[in-house]
Amino acid sequence: MATSGTTSTAQTLTTADGTPLKVSLSRAERRNRIRALLLVAPLFLFIIVFFLVPIGDMLFRSVENRVVGEVLHRTVPLLAMWDEANGELPSEDVFRALVEDFKQGREDRTIGKVGRRMNYEKSGMTSLFRSTARKARRIEQGPFKEALIKINKKWGDIKTWQLLKRESSALTLSYYLASVDMRFDDNGKVVRQPDDEQIYIKLFIRTLNLSALITVLCLALGYPISYLLATLPARTSNLLMILVLLPFWTSLLVRTTAWIALLQKEGVINDFLVALRLIGDENRLAMIHNATGTVVAMTHILLPFMVLPLYSVMKNIPESHVRAARSLGATPFTAFMRVYLPNTVPGIGAGAILVFIIAIGYYITPALVGGVSGTLIGNLIAYHMSTSLNWGLAAALGSVLLALVLALYLLYDKVVGIDNMKMG
Amino acid sequence: MRNLTIRTLVTVAAVATVCAGVALAQTQLDLVVVSWGGAYTASQQKAYHDPYMAANPGIKIINDDSSAEAVAKIRAMNEAGKVTWPLVDVVAADAISLCDEGLVEPVDHDAILAAAPDGTPASEDFGEMIVSECFIPQIVYSTTFGYRTDLVKVPPKTIKDVFDLRKIPGKRALEKRPIGNLEWALIADGVDPDTVYDVLETEAGVKRAFAKLDTIKDQVVWWTQGAQTPQLLADGEVVMGSTYNGRLFSLIEEKKQPVAMMWDWQMYDLDGWVIPKGGPHRKEVLKYLRFATDTQRLADQAKYISYGPARASSAPFVGKHADLGIEMAPHMPTAPANATNTFLFNYEWWADHRDELNEKFNAWLAR
Repeated sequence: MATSGTTSTAQTLTTADGTPLKVSLSRAERRNRIRALLLVAPLFLFIIVFFLVPIGDMLFRSVENRVVGEVLHRTVPLLAMWDEANGELPSEDVFRALVEDFKQGREDRTIGKVGRRMNYEKSGMTSLFRSTARKARRIEQGPFKEALIKINKKWGDIKTWQLLKRESSALTLSYYLASVDMRFDDNGKVVRQPDDEQIYIKLFIRTLNLSALITVLCLALGYPISYLLATLPARTSNLLMILVLLPFWTSLLVRTTAWIALLQKEGVINDFLVALRLIGDENRLAMIHNATGTVVAMTHILLPFMVLPLYSVMKNIPESHVRAARSLGATPFTAFMRVYLPNTVPGIGAGAILVFIIAIGYYITPALVGGVSGTLIGNLIAYHMSTSLNWGLAAALGSVLLALVLALYLLYDKVVGIDNMKMG
Repeated sequence: MRNLTIRTLVTVAAVATVCAGVALAQTQLDLVVVSWGGAYTASQQKAYHDPYMAANPGIKIINDDSSAEAVAKIRAMNEAGKVTWPLVDVVAADAISLCDEGLVEPVDHDAILAAAPDGTPASEDFGEMIVSECFIPQIVYSTTFGYRTDLVKVPPKTIKDVFDLRKIPGKRALEKRPIGNLEWALIADGVDPDTVYDVLETEAGVKRAFAKLDTIKDQVVWWTQGAQTPQLLADGEVVMGSTYNGRLFSLIEEKKQPVAMMWDWQMYDLDGWVIPKGGPHRKEVLKYLRFATDTQRLADQAKYISYGPARASSAPFVGKHADLGIEMAPHMPTAPANATNTFLFNYEWWADHRDELNEKFNAWLAR
C-alpha cells in the first residue's frame, strides 16, 4: 500500500504501450477471472439444474397446496369469509358456488384431484368428491344446500367444511405435520397422530441408528483392510484392491440377492452351522428379512466407500513416523494410538461421512432383505412417490431427512472440523 | 441435349430415392407399449404384438417394462407437459386413481372395442370388469396361496388354515400392504365375506383384522415383488405364501416344484389398458387396441400365461398351453373348481381408505 502511494504521487507506472500498469493488471486479472468462470460454468450449471432446482422443487412441493383453490375457485374465496366459530354451516351462496365448481371440475376432470388431496387428511373424501361430482350436474336450481346434503349427508357436517376451509390455502403445513406423526384435529389444533398411525419418527430414529451402526461396522472392517492395502508391496496390494473394487462394480441387485442366498433359513450359512452341529436343524438363525439382513448387506455394499478414502490417506503416511515413535521407546500400541491413528483421522472422517450419508437414503437393499424391522425411511419415501402418489408427504419426509443430514454435517464440522476431511 | 437428359435422369432418380426413404420412414412407426415385463409381456408379445405386426408391417411395437412405476411416471409426464406413452398396462386400482386425476382418457367401450363374435357389444361382454370409464380390461388374475406339499403335514384347505399356526406351523409369505390381507384376516376370523367392508369401516373392525394378523405376525415374511413368493417357496423359506396365480402356475407346471395351489377366497383383481391423456399416436393406438382386446386375442393370451380373459365370450376359446400342451382352462382363477370362494376388491372403498389404512398398516408392522 505504502509503495503504491508514493509512486502515484511521483509518476504513474505504465506498461510498454503506455496504459497505466494498474489498469493493465486489472484487465489481465479480469480476463483470467472470466476464463476461470467459463471453466467452472458447465459444472456450475450442472449443479444448479440437477441439484439445486430439484431440491428447491422438493422443498416447494412439501408445502404447496394450490389444487384446492384452483379447482374450487368460486367456493374458496366465499369460504374465507365464513365464520366457522359460530357453529353454523356456510351460507347458501357457498353451496351454490360449490355446485358450480363441481360441475366445472367434472367437465375439466380436475375434481378427483381435490378429492384425493382431501383424502390425505380424512378418509372417505375421495368417494365424497367423486360421487358428488357425478350427481351435482343434475342440480339445476336451489336451494343448493338441501340438494348437496341430499347427495351426501357429509355436506351437512360442519367438520367437512372446516376441513375444506383449512386446506384451501395455497400453502399447507399438513405434510410436515404428517411427516413427524402429527396432524390437525377437527378444530384445527395441532395434535399427535393416534398411536396406531405413528410411524415416521420411529423410522427416522431407526434409520439414523442403523446408518450409524453400518458406518461403525464399515470402519471396523475397512480400517485393517486399508492398512493392509497401504502397506503391502504394490503387487499384492493391487490384487487385493481389485478384490475390494470387484463387488463395487457388480450390480447392486446381484450383491443383495447373493446375501439372500447366504443368509436365509435354508441358506449356505445356516446349512453350514447345522452341518457343524453348532445349531439344531429346528433353530436355524433368522439373519435375513430383519434388521440384521439390512445391516449385513448394506455394510458389504458400502464398504468400498470407507476403504477408498482410508487407503488414500494411509498411503501418504510415511512409514518412518511409526518407526521413529518405536525407536523413541513407544510400545506398538502407543505408536499406533498416538502417531498412526491421528494421521488417519481425515480418512476416517471422509469415509464415515460418505457411508453414513449414503446409508441414510438407502431403500432398495432394505426393501429386499430388510423385512419389517430393517425397513428404513427411504422405503416409505419411495412408497409415497410411486404407490400412494402422496408427493407432498414424500417431499416433506425428504426435506426432514435433508435437514437431519445437514444438522449432522454441521455437528461434525463443529466436533471434528470439515477441513480435516480428505476424500483422496 | 443428351447431357441434359442424363442429368434429369440422375436428378429424378435421386429425388425418387429420397422420397422412397421418406415414405419408408413414415410407414415404419414405433409404437411403445408399457407393460409389466417378464412372462406377462412375453404373453402379450405372442398373443397381441406379433400377430398385429404381421398384419400391419408399418407398425413396430416396442415394449417398455415400466408398469410398476407407471402411475407416478404418467403424473410426472403430465406435469412436465410432455406425455410420451401412447398406451399403458395397469391394474384396475391404478386405472381408477389415474382416471380420478384426469391423467388418462375416458373411453366409450362400445365405440372403440370390437363386439363379441355373436354381436354382443363390448361393454356387455366385459360386463362388470369395466370398473372405470378409463379402463379397458384385459385379464382377471388373482392373488392366492401356494404351499409346499412336502413341508406341510396337512395341506391347507381354507383361508382359516393360513392363520392356524398349530395346524400348519412355519413361515408364510404375505404381501406388504393392507389390501387383501385385512379382508383375509376378517374372513378367517369368521366375518361374513359380504360384510367385510362394513366391518372394516369401523374402528373395532380394523382392530379385529390387525388382531387376527397379530396371531401370525412373527411367522410372516412380507413380500413386495411378485417374484419373491415363488422364490421363497422354492427355497423352502416359507411353507406357504400369497402371490399372483400366474407366478404359482409357472412355479408348479414349468419349474416342477413341489408346490400346490390353495384357491380359497382368492382375491380377484383386474389388469388392463389405459390411454394417457395427451399421449402420441392416438389413431394407431385405437386401431391396435381394437385388435388386441378382441375375443380371440384375449383367449390366445391364456395359452402363454394362466390369467383369465376379461371377456365372457373368450372363455370357450381358451385352449392348451403353447409349450407345455396342458389344458389351460382348469388353471384359470375363474375355473369353476377354483372359484368356489372368490373375493373381488371393493375399489371404491379402498380409494377412500387406502391412505389411512396404509399408515395404520405400516405403524402396525413397525410395532
